[in-house]
Amino acid sequence: MENNNTPCEGCRPGESTGRRRFLSQLSIGLSVLGGLVVSIPVLGAFLQPLLKKSMPSWRALGSVSDYEVGKTLLVRFEDGEVLSWARSISHSAAWLRRLDENSFEAFAINCAHLGCPVRWEESSSLFLCPCHGGVYYKNGEVAAGPPLRGLSRYSVRVRKGKVEILTRGIPITTLTS
Amino acid sequence: MKKKARKILNWLEDRTGLYALFRPAMNHLVPPGAKWFYVFGSATMFCLILQVVTGVGLSMLYQPSADTAYESLMYIQEQAVLGRWLRGIHYFGASGMILLMGIHMIRVYLMAVYKFPREMQWITGVVLLLLTVVMGFTGQLLRWDDTGVWSAVVAAEQLGRIPLIGKTISYFLLGGDTVGGHTLSRFYSYHVFVVPAMLLSFTAFHVYLVFRNGISEPPKRGRLVDSNTYRPWYKKMLQKKGVPFFPYAAWRDAVFGTAVVLVICMLAYFVGAPELSGKPDPSSISANPRPDWYLVWVFALFALMPPRIEDYFIAFGPLVLVGLLLALPFLSSRGERHPLRRPWAIIGVVVTVAVVVSLTLEGMRSPWSPRFDVKPLESRVIDSREASVVSGARLFYDKGCLYCHKIEKYGGERGPDLSQVGRRLKKDELVIRVVNGGHNMPAFGGSLSKKELAEIVDFLQSRK
Repeated sequence: MENNNTPCEGCRPGESTGRRRFLSQLSIGLSVLGGLVVSIPVLGAFLQPLLKKSMPSWRALGSVSDYEVGKTLLVRFEDGEVLSWARSISHSAAWLRRLDENSFEAFAINCAHLGCPVRWEESSSLFLCPCHGGVYYKNGEVAAGPPLRGLSRYSVRVRKGKVEILTRGIPITTLTS
Repeated sequence: MKKKARKILNWLEDRTGLYALFRPAMNHLVPPGAKWFYVFGSATMFCLILQVVTGVGLSMLYQPSADTAYESLMYIQEQAVLGRWLRGIHYFGASGMILLMGIHMIRVYLMAVYKFPREMQWITGVVLLLLTVVMGFTGQLLRWDDTGVWSAVVAAEQLGRIPLIGKTISYFLLGGDTVGGHTLSRFYSYHVFVVPAMLLSFTAFHVYLVFRNGISEPPKRGRLVDSNTYRPWYKKMLQKKGVPFFPYAAWRDAVFGTAVVLVICMLAYFVGAPELSGKPDPSSISANPRPDWYLVWVFALFALMPPRIEDYFIAFGPLVLVGLLLALPFLSSRGERHPLRRPWAIIGVVVTVAVVVSLTLEGMRSPWSPRFDVKPLESRVIDSREASVVSGARLFYDKGCLYCHKIEKYGGERGPDLSQVGRRLKKDELVIRVVNGGHNMPAFGGSLSKKELAEIVDFLQSRK
């Protein structure tokens, strides 16, 4: 135990170190407390993307008969999370291909290399990326260029003659994917 | 009248002490010989001030909303009073700031200013460099044109390579798992509040350190830095030979800084900021995102690097680079400062500048990108009346071969130039190559009929 009655440097006459230490710790402690309390809602806003997940939803893409077998078409649909002020920005797109009578496959438009939008070349049945020259076949497999994996897919289903696509996040290529 | 003004000033000084606060900074002694080499740091700061002022101006016209930001930029560019000029100054100010900061950094590295006792100056400088690049990138995004939107996606993909938490950080950057209503608001907050607050704080800290530790004296061969004797020696040297900063050193900063500001204003007026690249649309596939000039070398690096090591390079490269920069003053904080006695420093700078410049030039050409805008080959180039050769030439265009291969002056550069391929490869070899692909070429076997294949091969054989 420290002697609370020893005189201290810079203290007023007769003041003890104990009082000085208490007042210092009180000031610092209260400042930290105030700061922490105010930070909570600010951190909430800052970290919102990690805390509030958007739910995937099925989006309608029109009738099955709108799509020709064997053709690949660009489809545009609303994201899972739609904010009223975002309008045209809350949309994603995918390359939809009708395989046969009742089955479809849909590819992300993002190149698996660095995410640039790939374009479909009908005549040569290839997806081409304008950024670093990634190329994919019609089934999404890598044909050439820097990508190490094929195009990501969306889930597609047919319900009562209508094609539906399940929204998802932009595919992010990680070290393990 | 003059007496009255003096009286007012005296009253103000008595009640505020502002002059007494800044006088030591203005009058502090600086080493003689700190000449034109020393103007780049202050010029960088003038650019920063220019950015703050023009940024405030732009914020009065800009709408930071995902749906309307692009239209407000069009308004700034085309209708607002002097808006095009204002945006131009903000763009060239950013460019100037990055360029001058680079020159300043090279200067202090070559003169080994980072050695004792100025280690923290270097470290705060590295932090300022990073913050400035973040400002540049977030600023490009705020244009919120097609390129801006897709740059956010590309940045998110790069962050995705960070081990374990990559995906989380990517979505955190976008403000959600897609580019949406949150994305622009967050980037606006970073660009206008968060990063500038850090940038200004660190700039104040950096400048304070320059005053505290003194402006470095120009290095002299054989004069070594010794942490035991440097400070007393520096103090004595200043007392003997130092000159007051204002105006004997400050005038050069003023002359150069003003020239920089005027050049920026002129470029902004006569050249103008980059054109906007079209409406933002995360579902558009016509976007062709390119970074602004100071990051084009990174863009080129990612295209030219072997894909197998690229992921690791994206994940760890920046960490290693920043780590090395921060560690520099601790790796060598004593000894020789003169560049001629530190030849490896000169070689390092020359190599780094050469690599960055050549990657930038290559990135601007981007020969690895398919040329989507090529036109069908003219009959002068085809130079044949044979039906199969002519239709082969047409197919060469239709099937997208021309995006990547050159025929004489036309076409892309991704693949080999095929102007004379008929001399190199026989018919069978051509067929095999077209059908199976290989060497970074897709296989076309699945998308060509027998007749089409024969015609394309006929066309290629006629290239001699």
